Amino acid sequence: MIELQGLTKRYGSKLAVDDLSFRTPPGVVTGFLGPNGAGKSTTMRMILGLDHPTAGRATVDGHRYAELDRPITRIGALLEASSVQGGRSAYHHLRWLARSNGLPGRRVDEVLELVGLQDVARRRSGGFSLGMGQRLGIASALLGDPPVLMFDEPVNGLDPEGIRWIRTLMKGLAREGRTVFVSSHLMSEMALTAEHLVIIGRGRLLADLPMHEFIDRNSRNFVRVRTPQPEALADAFAGAGITAQRAADGSFEADGQDPARVGELAARHGVTLHELSLQRASLEEAFMAMTAESVEYRADTDTAGTGTGTAGTDAAKAGAGAGSDAEGTAAALAGGGWGAGWRDAGGQGRGRAPRKDG
Amino acid sequence: MSASGAALAAEWIKTSTIRGPRWTVAALFVATVGLGALICWFTNRDFASAVSDGQVFDPVSTGFGGLLLGQLAAVVLGVTMIGGEYASGMIRVSLAAVPVRGRLLLAKAAVLTAIVLAAGLVTAFVTFFLGQALLGSHGTTIGAPHVLRAVVGAGIYLTLIALFSLGVATMLRSQTLALGILVPFFFMVSSILEAIPGVRHVAQYLPDKAGQRILQIHAQNHDSFGPWTGIAITVGWVAASLLGAWLLLRRRDA
Repeated sequence: MIELQGLTKRYGSKLAVDDLSFRTPPGVVTGFLGPNGAGKSTTMRMILGLDHPTAGRATVDGHRYAELDRPITRIGALLEASSVQGGRSAYHHLRWLARSNGLPGRRVDEVLELVGLQDVARRRSGGFSLGMGQRLGIASALLGDPPVLMFDEPVNGLDPEGIRWIRTLMKGLAREGRTVFVSSHLMSEMALTAEHLVIIGRGRLLADLPMHEFIDRNSRNFVRVRTPQPEALADAFAGAGITAQRAADGSFEADGQDPARVGELAARHGVTLHELSLQRASLEEAFMAMTAESVEYRADTDTAGTGTGTAGTDAAKAGAGAGSDAEGTAAALAGGGWGAGWRDAGGQGRGRAPRKDG
Repeated sequence: MSASGAALAAEWIKTSTIRGPRWTVAALFVATVGLGALICWFTNRDFASAVSDGQVFDPVSTGFGGLLLGQLAAVVLGVTMIGGEYASGMIRVSLAAVPVRGRLLLAKAAVLTAIVLAAGLVTAFVTFFLGQALLGSHGTTIGAPHVLRAVVGAGIYLTLIALFSLGVATMLRSQTLALGILVPFFFMVSSILEAIPGVRHVAQYLPDKAGQRILQIHAQNHDSFGPWTGIAITVGWVAASLLGAWLLLRRRDA
């Protein structure tokens, strides 16, 4: 399990990672989602002990990375696909890596076969395609057979077949009971692989919740109706006990309704319809709305010159900032409501203590 | 196996599974032996004009005339030992595999020492015997005073130059930058500085000039220190370079 406690990274005046606290549950794929530049890679580098946190800590199974004995047997990571010296073959790359952590040489052949590189393993890795490089990176991560795996944007630049292979692999690893922590900037990709979501924007935690909960809250189905007789339709809705909102363009949006029922209702009341359609808000849109909010919020604090405010006032500010938004979901998220809800529901009994000392 | 032993073994595999180090070792040998032989042959053929009057002829340092070029291969070996990892981004994989950074640097330094010391000693002895044979009657023997010291010293000198370069490349995190500074420095700048009368007494303490003192079997009257003191000065430079590298490697984000 990977655990972050108040993890913070500051580069000069810029906060790349801002008081991040969460845990990755074992046995599921946890998606680490955020727009480019949100601090995902920085966070992952801090988990691996490559970058030093400004404050807070990141642990793997309760230990800081540097304290881990034979670390690649505890956590395997894919950072950038091309982190290999091109003059060395895939086989020799994995061989030195295995040796550095006291792993037997046969593990090299095992992982090469697992990722399907056995036929090109003796060739210089400099000639590898992006997909082959990615497979070699994944072979490196799997070499120590670790219970925790971390992949930074593993599908970037891959062809559809490679993408499907990585999805299947990650789900398989999670099914074996491993912790799989994978970053992406694409909600659609995560919707296909992740069972749990951690969303960050501008280095700050926006949501920490099971995927199904995110879908339940964000895949809002509604019927859109456009009519030249809005008063008549409003009366008909009221008579049938249907609550419908007026959108900015004058159309009606009736949540969770069946288009057939709405159409029949309009016909019964003799209301002319210009549009009758079932609408579904995409998860991508929900994600975009959420992270856009974090961008606005960050701009706010930057001008105020803070950035070190307490969690309580941060949440309050985020709430106020989102007040004008009709949906208000982003505000609830920024306040940490969802994450807390998930933890309570899961019976894990883990409170959030973003400013915990030590 | 201990963690340090594992790191050492991994560094050995890294170095032996790319072509660069092998070619560089070959270049070290060819440049030092070849150029030294050429200098000896020409010196012997035209001895009277090659050696000016009143100067003591030093057959050993004449034979090591190719070292000025050969040492650049030692610089390249030291720089690429870590510079190649910074260039490719593999340094992150290495530091994730061996998170104790001093251990990684020490493993690199140990493997570099083993390679350059072995290659340097072989090169030094071949250079000496071939050079003295070509010098004919002007040559000396390995049993003559201070000669063995000078030949073994050449191997030690090359090793120290390689280690110094490893430290510099680690501090700079770039092999292009490190080579761009070290190669012209060791090839020219240091010699130019030494040739300037007012600067000479300072320039003799530079890592290469101090270490090269061990190649001479006759003391020069302007020398301020002996051969082993010269090596000790170069060791000091190496220690400073590797200490700086270790401190920065530990502190910095990878």
